[in-house]
Amino acid sequence: MTDQTKHSRRAFLKGGAVVAAGSVAGTAAAAQTPDPLITELQDWASYTGVGVDETPYGMPISYESHVVRRNVEWLTASPISSINFTPIHALDGTITPQGCAFERHHSGAIELRKEDYRLMINGLVDRPLVFTYEDLERFPRENHVYFCECAANTGMEWAGAQLNGVQFTHGMIHNMEYTGIPLRTLLQEAGADISSDKWVYVEGADASSNGRSIPMDKALDDVLVAFKANGEALRMEHGYPVRLVVPGWEGNMWVKWLRRIEVVDVAVESREETSKYTDVYEDGTARKWTWEMDAKSVITSPSPQMPIKHGKGPLVISGLAWSGHGQITRVDVSKDGGITWETARLGKQGDTKALTRFYHDINWDGAPMLLQARAMDETGYVQPTKDQLREQRGENSVYHNNCIQTWYVNAEGVAENVEIS
Amino acid sequence: MSKSLSQIGLPALGLSALALAIAVTYANRNHGESRIESLETRISQVQAQESSANEQAQAQASRAAELEQKIADVQAAAMERMASADLTTPAPTSDGAFGIGRTALAEEIAAWDVDVLPGGRGLPEGSGDALIGEEVFVKKCASCHGDFAEGVDNWPVLAGGFDTLADEDPVKTVGSYWPHLSTAWDYISRSMPFGEAGTLTADETYAIVAYILYSNDLVDDDFVLSNENFAEVDMYNMNGFVIDDRPELEYEKWRTEPCMKNCKDEVEITMRSVFLVNTPAEGGSESVMNHSSVEGLPTFSSEGPSFIPAATTKPAEETVAKAEPATQNAEETNDNAALIAAGKKAFKKCKACHKIGEGAKNASGPILTDIVGSPAGQVDGFKYSKALKEAAEDGLVWDAAALDAFLTKPKEFIKKTKMSFGGLKKENDRLAIIEYLKTNGE
Repeated sequence: MTDQTKHSRRAFLKGGAVVAAGSVAGTAAAAQTPDPLITELQDWASYTGVGVDETPYGMPISYESHVVRRNVEWLTASPISSINFTPIHALDGTITPQGCAFERHHSGAIELRKEDYRLMINGLVDRPLVFTYEDLERFPRENHVYFCECAANTGMEWAGAQLNGVQFTHGMIHNMEYTGIPLRTLLQEAGADISSDKWVYVEGADASSNGRSIPMDKALDDVLVAFKANGEALRMEHGYPVRLVVPGWEGNMWVKWLRRIEVVDVAVESREETSKYTDVYEDGTARKWTWEMDAKSVITSPSPQMPIKHGKGPLVISGLAWSGHGQITRVDVSKDGGITWETARLGKQGDTKALTRFYHDINWDGAPMLLQARAMDETGYVQPTKDQLREQRGENSVYHNNCIQTWYVNAEGVAENVEIS
Repeated sequence: MSKSLSQIGLPALGLSALALAIAVTYANRNHGESRIESLETRISQVQAQESSANEQAQAQASRAAELEQKIADVQAAAMERMASADLTTPAPTSDGAFGIGRTALAEEIAAWDVDVLPGGRGLPEGSGDALIGEEVFVKKCASCHGDFAEGVDNWPVLAGGFDTLADEDPVKTVGSYWPHLSTAWDYISRSMPFGEAGTLTADETYAIVAYILYSNDLVDDDFVLSNENFAEVDMYNMNGFVIDDRPELEYEKWRTEPCMKNCKDEVEITMRSVFLVNTPAEGGSESVMNHSSVEGLPTFSSEGPSFIPAATTKPAEETVAKAEPATQNAEETNDNAALIAAGKKAFKKCKACHKIGEGAKNASGPILTDIVGSPAGQVDGFKYSKALKEAAEDGLVWDAAALDAFLTKPKEFIKKTKMSFGGLKKENDRLAIIEYLKTNGE
């Protein structure tokens, strides 16, 4: 522990004691002893700091080192074919920094140089083509912010409250600003048959190849062949140098290390669209081609990893909402498990198929709460309760669980993942 | 693309006109009436050909126009989406092609375009039977999927699970769940074995797929699967899938103005999180069972919670306190505890293949419970390499010294061990792991 953290911890403890001694919630408490952080000369105010270029590519300050992706080891057989979770509890705003955006690999993340990158487009096209990375940079490009959510996000929770942390229940999601070429541009370049009954089969350069079939109309609509995220090159774990962006649709279709685009007359029915990413219902039949991610929201703070530490008084309830069908138009928050709802404030007007931040600012009286959020999107769809979803689908779907999440917050401000009647 | 399509009809018209001219010249020279008759028939035939060529050309032109219109529509829709923002327009398309990229060669397409479609379209020639398949499977697949395709640990089960899809825990295997056999061939051929994708020959792939079919009671052991009979194999669950029907079944119901007040009378907590999740500083997470019960928690009504419970210990702290064994004060114990903790961390490298402690099962590697001090090659049910069996017969005992030597460079200590692990360079890591092993993962 450095001297600085000792200082701040002491100050924090003192500060906490002062608040506890303060009488009326919501008013500034009177200090009883002068704060040494103010009255004493601090090292950082006296000595010089670190020079430029100390870290040519900066990492978050060490005090934030807990804000990292984390996995749950027992969920999968091997970390090579596995998933980890975005620390959404500790982020704010809507953009996910690449370095802590969740990863999902089927055969591990590969290191593929731009120089070694080739993209082929073939099948029902007039001109089968091969592009290099440099070729792709010559096509007109666009910028869009989109969320990418794994179809299995919240999948553990079908059978009841399982994992105590919003990072683990809802962290298979990230939201970035992509720079890329509309897929329709490349289809046109190759003279593809773009009739509505055709499919675009896409695959990656990694060992899993993770092939998926996308119906032509979606491919022509808003799919991007992306090479930048949040202004910089994609990270290796997100498909450097080129990945597919399939707005509003399940993350598995966002093929990383994109190497081939084939125009076909049928869906390929690959492993990723038959044995996985299909949803089994109560009677044993399964739904396939469930591509859209329906409207969903969750409160990220307070939550199990973000307890209320400040006691009664002003409390910012904050969370994220998103819909694969377009814009989020409204988010309601309940403090009593869905008996009463109040409409939350949106951080800004929702972007289509992107994360929207919401805030609900309350004066907490210290009583326990059952916190819930409920999203609505531009189609008028209202995020369902767990019971509604289970009644419709049973408990074995694994994928596409967009239920309303409940946190029980006790009188000490500690939050826990619960199920309610 | 559109231009080339609209021009296709023209050469055909030119040719029929030429044929007509030649025919008429020929008739003038011969004057015979029968000749004229046959020429008239010929003319009418040529005219018919011309009109059908015309129709074809028109159909192609209108198809080209349709596709052009579609491109325009897609563009317009994209324009509309971005119209609200000043000066932002979609990326422009060219009228035709930009001329970027180069033509893909046939050899290149053949190398990458290996997908196999339902019914077996795209399969290469070849064949294999279940007996050969079993041999290949045991050698290349069984370390994860088990000798009988039953799956090891969390690795996928490939056989069985019939009639379980409607159960509480459905077992989704190639046999019970996969609707198309092509999917198995396609996936095995391109992505398996895990860590050596793309190395199987076509015949090996046919054999493995035949063995998986055999393991699922779909064929007999002498069944030979080939590109020729591939389409004849029916899968159990071929009719078990419906196309996404959320729009009809769910969206219609759930696109409605939601309730805001007095939506329920009373709410109670029916279940608490099964696991509490600790988030250690070094990363990852530790799930621990949550022993708290729902008893004693308030219910909620429109008046708020039924009562405010007295202060309790936070669940996370409670569990940590329970999980930690009583500590002794001796410094030595602390040192050893630190070593064990370091060993637990270092053991992450081993965990993908080796399990330890109560309830551990063999995986790609044998379980390591009670391994320190035990004779080598004795774990029940694990298939050791020949090399390890020989070492065991020679009396190898896994004492600390032997483990240390093995872990330093496995393939030097036992040549041809099937443990594909490079070794631990740091002595401290080895010591720590051995100390951790002694605790059996406690």
